[in-house]
Amino acid sequence: MAEKVLLQGNVAMSEGAVQAGCRFFAGYPITPQNEVPEYMSERMPQVGGVFVQAEAEVAAINMIFGAASTGARCMTSSSSPGVSLKQEGISYIAAGELPCVIANVQRAGPGLGGIRGAQGDYFQSVKGGGHGDYRLIVFAPASAQESYDMTMAAFDWADHYRNPAMILTDGIVGQMSEPVELKPYKPACSLPEKDWILDGCKGRAPRIVRTLYLHPVERLIDHNRHLAAKYAKIEAEMQDAEEYRCDDAEVIVAAYGATARVAKAAVNMARDEAMKVGVLRPKVVWPFPVKFFKKHARRVRKWLVVEMSSGQMIEDVKLAIECSKPVEFLGWGGGWYPTGESILEKVREVYR
Amino acid sequence: MKLARPESMHDVATHYCPGCGHGIIHRLIGEVIDELGIREKTIGTAPVGCAVLLYNYMNFDVIECSHGRPPAVATGMKRMMPDRIIFTYQGDGDLAAIGTGETIHAANRGENITVIFVNNATYGMTGGQMAPTTMTGQWSTTTTEGRGKHGEGPPLRVCEMLATLGGVAYLERVAVNSPKAIAGARRAIKKAFENQMAGVGFSLIEVLSMCPTDWKLSPKESLAFIDQEMKKVFPLGVFKDVTGEGTSV
Repeated sequence: MAEKVLLQGNVAMSEGAVQAGCRFFAGYPITPQNEVPEYMSERMPQVGGVFVQAEAEVAAINMIFGAASTGARCMTSSSSPGVSLKQEGISYIAAGELPCVIANVQRAGPGLGGIRGAQGDYFQSVKGGGHGDYRLIVFAPASAQESYDMTMAAFDWADHYRNPAMILTDGIVGQMSEPVELKPYKPACSLPEKDWILDGCKGRAPRIVRTLYLHPVERLIDHNRHLAAKYAKIEAEMQDAEEYRCDDAEVIVAAYGATARVAKAAVNMARDEAMKVGVLRPKVVWPFPVKFFKKHARRVRKWLVVEMSSGQMIEDVKLAIECSKPVEFLGWGGGWYPTGESILEKVREVYR
Repeated sequence: MKLARPESMHDVATHYCPGCGHGIIHRLIGEVIDELGIREKTIGTAPVGCAVLLYNYMNFDVIECSHGRPPAVATGMKRMMPDRIIFTYQGDGDLAAIGTGETIHAANRGENITVIFVNNATYGMTGGQMAPTTMTGQWSTTTTEGRGKHGEGPPLRVCEMLATLGGVAYLERVAVNSPKAIAGARRAIKKAFENQMAGVGFSLIEVLSMCPTDWKLSPKESLAFIDQEMKKVFPLGVFKDVTGEGTSV
C-alpha cells in the first residue's frame, strides 16, 4: 500500500478532482467548504487548469455549464444554501446532458441555518432539486479517503453517462482530517468519445447544446423519455452500498456519510451486548441501492434509519423494502450529531 | 440586386415580428463572422427572450443558456478554449435585469468575449412588460401609467455603467433603424469581434432595436421612435475604447 498523507476531507476531495483531470473550477466562499476553492485556486494553475472565483453560486454553476460544454472536466463546490442557488443551473446541465461534478459539503438548514455539518439536503440531491424531471448521480463519502476516491470516480461516471454527478458530503467529513492514500487515477468505467462538445464546427455540422424544445410538443417528451431511459440504466448499474456485520443481523441500521461511521461504533457496542445488528451504508444515494436493502429485507426484523436530518432517506428505505418491516428513525435536522451511545440506546429500544 | 445569405446563417425564415430588429442584428453578426473567416471556430450563446431560437438561424455551434447567465457560460467556454471566438447575444431583460451580476463581473474580469446587447426597452417574448431599459414614462404591460409612477426607478444605462469598470475594453452603443445606422452597427460589431481575435478583452455593443409589436407602433413609426425617444435616453457613441481607435463620448 502506498504511503498515506493526512488530509482534510475537503482537500482530499479537491485533490481527487485534480488527479481525475479536472481543469476548470468555479466556486464561491461558503462555510464549511472554503478549503475547496482555496485549494483549487492554488492547484488549478499548477496543472494548467483554470480557477475562477465567481461572483455568485449562480454564476459559478453557469461557468461549469460553459466549461462542460467544451468537454473539459470541471467542478464546482458549495454548501447547502449555495447549492440551493445552483439548482437552476444544475437543471440546465442535466437537460443538456453535460458531465460535471458538483460538491455539496452540507451544513444545517433551512435558511441560512448554521455551519455545523448536516444531512438535510438529501431530498434536494436525490429527488431533483431544480425544476423538471432529471437525476444526478450522487456519491456519499464517509471519510477523507472516500472523498478522494469517489470524486475521481464521479468524473468518470459523469462522462460515462453524460450526466452531472454530485459529491454529497457534509461538514463533518469535509472538515475532518484523516490519513489518505493518494491512489493514482485509473478510470472507473469506460469513457466514451465526447462527440457532442462545442469547439467550433470545423469539418462538421454545427452542434447545439439544447435546453429548449418548443415545437413539436413530442420532441420534449421524447427528450424526457431518453433521459428516463438513461436514469433507468444508471439505476440498474450503479447501486452501491457497504454491508457492515449485516450477514446475520436482525436489526440493520441504515445510514450514510459521517452518520454511518458513528452507527458502526454503535453496532459494535450492540454486538458486545449480543444483539445481532449491522449497518447498511449507501455509498451512492442516487441511484438508491435498493438491491442491497431487498437482499436483507426478509431476514431483518426491524430497520433503524439514522440521519443528521429530521428524516429524509428513511422514505427511500421504506420504498426499498416496500414497507415489509417496521422502520424506526433517529435524527434531527439543524446540526444535531449522533453519538455511539445515542444510537446504541435507540438500537436497544428497536431490538426488543 | 440579390444579396447572398451569409454562410454563417441557415437558409430559413426567422420567427420575428414585422419590423423587429433582431433579424437585422443576426444578419450583421453573420456577415461579420463570414468576413473575419471565423465561422468554424465561433460558438454563440442563445439567451432567454425573443432570440431564444438563435441556434435555428446561425450556422455555427450554439449553446442555449438560462436567463441572464450567458456571460458566465461564455466565461467557462472561453477560459477552456482561448483560441475560439465566443459571443453572447442578449436582450435587455437578460443582460440588464436578471443577469446584471453576470454582466458586470464578466466585464470587470475583462473576459475576452464579445457581447451583443439588444436594447429594445421591453420584454418582447413575454408580451411587453417593463424592461430595465424601459424609459421613464414609457407604457408597458406592467407600467400602464408609464414607468416611474410607482417606484420603478429610471432606466438602466448599461454602457454608461460599464464604462466605469477597469476590466472593460470596448463599449459602443449603436442603432439599426436606418441604412446609415446599420452600417455603423456593422462596423462596431466587427470591431468587437476583432478585439476578441486580438485578445483585447471584454467588448460590448449595445444595439438600440425596434419592437413594433410591444411598442404598439407601426414598423415605420418604430424607426422614428428610436431617433426621437430612445436616443435621448441612450445616446449613441463609443463609451470606452482601450484600443484608442474610437472617439469618446
